[in-house]
Amino acid sequence: MTLSLQIFQFLLSGLTTGSTYALIAIGFSLIHNATGIVNFAQGEFVMLGGMFMITFHSFFKLPMLPSFFLTISCVAAVGLLLERGPIRQSRSKEILILVMITIGASISIKGLSMILWGKNPMTLPPFSGETPFVILGAAIMPQSIWIFGITISVVFALNSFFKGTLTGKAMRAVAASRRSAVLTGIPVNRMILLSFTLSGALGAVAGIILTPITTTSYDVGVMLGLKGFSAAILGGYGSMPGAIVGGLLLGVSESLAAGLISSEYKDALAFLALLAVLFFKPSGILGRGRVRRV
Amino acid sequence: MGKRNKIYLLIYGAIIFTLPALLRNNYHLMVLNVAALNIVIIIGLNLLMGYAGQISLGHAAFFGLGAYLSAIFTTTYGLPIWPTMLLVLIITAMVAYAIGIPTLKLEGHYLVMATLGFNVIIYIIMIQLDTVTGGPSGFAGIPRLRIGGFVFDSDRKIYYLLWTVSSGVLLLSLNLIHSRVGRAMAALSHNETAACCTGIDTQAYKVKIFVISATLASLAGSLYAHYITFISPGSFSIFFSIQVVTMVIVGGIGSLWGGAFGAILLTILPEFLHAVREYNVLAYGLILMVVLIFFPQGLFPGITQVLKKREPLILEKGN
Amino acid sequence: MEDVRPKKGKQEILETQEVSLRFGGVEALNGLSFSISPHQIVAIIGPNGAGKTTLLNAITGVHSPDSGEIFFRGMSISKLKPFQIAALGINRTFQQAQLFANMTVVENVMVGMHPKTKSGFLGGVLHLPGERREEDRIREKAEALLDFFGLLPRATWMATYISIAEQKRLEICRAMAGEPQLLLLDEPAAGLNIRETEGLGDLIVKLKERGQTIILVEHNMHLVMSIADWLIVLHHGSKIGEGRPEEMQKDRRVVEAYLGT
Repeated sequence: MTLSLQIFQFLLSGLTTGSTYALIAIGFSLIHNATGIVNFAQGEFVMLGGMFMITFHSFFKLPMLPSFFLTISCVAAVGLLLERGPIRQSRSKEILILVMITIGASISIKGLSMILWGKNPMTLPPFSGETPFVILGAAIMPQSIWIFGITISVVFALNSFFKGTLTGKAMRAVAASRRSAVLTGIPVNRMILLSFTLSGALGAVAGIILTPITTTSYDVGVMLGLKGFSAAILGGYGSMPGAIVGGLLLGVSESLAAGLISSEYKDALAFLALLAVLFFKPSGILGRGRVRRV
Repeated sequence: MGKRNKIYLLIYGAIIFTLPALLRNNYHLMVLNVAALNIVIIIGLNLLMGYAGQISLGHAAFFGLGAYLSAIFTTTYGLPIWPTMLLVLIITAMVAYAIGIPTLKLEGHYLVMATLGFNVIIYIIMIQLDTVTGGPSGFAGIPRLRIGGFVFDSDRKIYYLLWTVSSGVLLLSLNLIHSRVGRAMAALSHNETAACCTGIDTQAYKVKIFVISATLASLAGSLYAHYITFISPGSFSIFFSIQVVTMVIVGGIGSLWGGAFGAILLTILPEFLHAVREYNVLAYGLILMVVLIFFPQGLFPGITQVLKKREPLILEKGN
Repeated sequence: MEDVRPKKGKQEILETQEVSLRFGGVEALNGLSFSISPHQIVAIIGPNGAGKTTLLNAITGVHSPDSGEIFFRGMSISKLKPFQIAALGINRTFQQAQLFANMTVVENVMVGMHPKTKSGFLGGVLHLPGERREEDRIREKAEALLDFFGLLPRATWMATYISIAEQKRLEICRAMAGEPQLLLLDEPAAGLNIRETEGLGDLIVKLKERGQTIILVEHNMHLVMSIADWLIVLHHGSKIGEGRPEEMQKDRRVVEAYLGT
């Protein structure tokens, strides 16, 4: 295989994983924009997406589509419970404490999954078979097409939601200025609840589409969450286009680095990128304006 | 440091140093030894969180740097133990300085992200650079601590050394809190702008505190390596960074005494959780959430430093 | 009556030259130029949004001016950081008292002495004799200052447990602990009743009589008229007048600025 063909191959697989990183990053941004919290349980939402899907589709033998929507609802419910429960009940509203609570939640979810599903990796069958398509000489799995397609649809749906619907605009208002949102009568608490619920759903989608390629187990949440978080920072924390750019860029760089340099350190790349961004351009690639120097 | 703290220290010391006579089980001593080292890390983190107002989710990496660098230099290269430890402290200080300078300039919690990223990178290096670090199976054969001919080859013997170091760090930190620098740090943690306008170089202090906290973690790491004589990457993951931050919060951010008790409590806790086996991760997560939700000020509000008195008292002259 | 008009040259303690500062899209300071002579009380007044607090922030280095220069005793301070400016001799209070709520009254004052003291980490950690002596000295001076400000009985109280009037006095006390040559007070009378304001006025005059130069940003015209030696009037970030209080009271532009046209 020629080098350029190899690179093209890496590019494709990088875009695939990058799409899921993008979805995870959007989930982080949603909650951060509404509340200022970094939701460290985001990665667990992804893991749960895979786990629930396997439970409904492989164990209970429900068909694909119902399993899909059932899974998304379940994980969205987890997000909802997280906000309604631990976050809302917290005596302290300080960001540090709330962030640590999400960490506690992530550990609890991981622990519960360990009990419910055991420690062994599990997988889903690819949505439409395993025979690769060949495009311009490179092989691309049908699952990747599903991932691209679903990611693009989700992004479009979110975009129309935020730009076109009243609720979406209300959420953007809360992100821009909570005080003004309160003053204009927007039910801020409900918007916060919605942001957690949506993040849960997004995480679930990411988990469902990714599992057939990478398998899943009770502890994949941590690394996926951290990488999605890195992608969000990389692209510009808090912005949806930033999350997408960050996610895709991260996926592609990882894939290229793994293929051309060394595959053992590929996980470190996400975090090297994170440090590089923090040191040189903290507002991220798409970030506008300076981060205020103290 | 105030009469009250001196009394606390005396009682603390008395209990700590008579405990081994009462504990016959070496395993209990080992748990306490680990707690002593955790206290050192926690004190550093407490200074960072309580006085610089910053959070680090990467202290496991500094702990690990201390452990692995000491291990590699003394075992693979046969360098002497104590000078190596000093060298490792200096290296860690430089690394922390390099991380702190760019990130602490910025408003917002960029240090958290940087330390998080740093932790993951170090962890991956520990696993992948297996010719140097031993990889996932760990690094064994680390020489024990010795002073002259005396080798610390039992849990009991090293107990006194580790707890002396740990109590020493606590004493020195209490001194620091009650000094001009301590006041400057307290001011900085509460109101950075006002502190800066009062003449405090807030940027420099934040970096110095971060470097000190990282160096303390490294010290604990080196001692840990020479004590257990075997280290593996699993002890230095993000999870440990989370654990030590939790210990600080449970003890009450900014409270050195609280932190010490938080460290002891949360070091002993997993020993009880082993009993519930597969439920241990879930139990830990739940306990963490419960404490954070209902006791965000920490579990030890009564054990506060002299500085945090609430009622008006007669003014004491001098110490 | 002594001539309190600002004179050009080295006697100026503070001088601004064409200082401009944009703040979030608004031209908060617009080509502002003035100078201040030592040992007097200069009041800076103007309607809301005139840029008074922004000016204090620019002088103390909290926000650097976008253009123009600020000179303190002939030295350019426009690019310095707040802690450097404090060490050079400018201390301030804030509109809402920014006390260190996690410390006692006396400790707040002791922190104020930070730039004039020097023991560092080593001295602090090891509790060296030099550090101990300095600590005793700091404590004595802090208590003396508290006495001057009438706050000594409250010395070991937590800073936020004292009354608002006392908190404002404490903030000024803390600023004075830094032995500043120039003291900036940002609306010290806000939230005080008539009796408390009179006490504040007496205090500020007492400070001036000890040789202190004071810049006072204030809305309370009664206080300003009774204690200020010189007035500078700002509007939309520029100076629209300066002079003795009685003169400014009658100045047409000043009256228009306050009442609107």
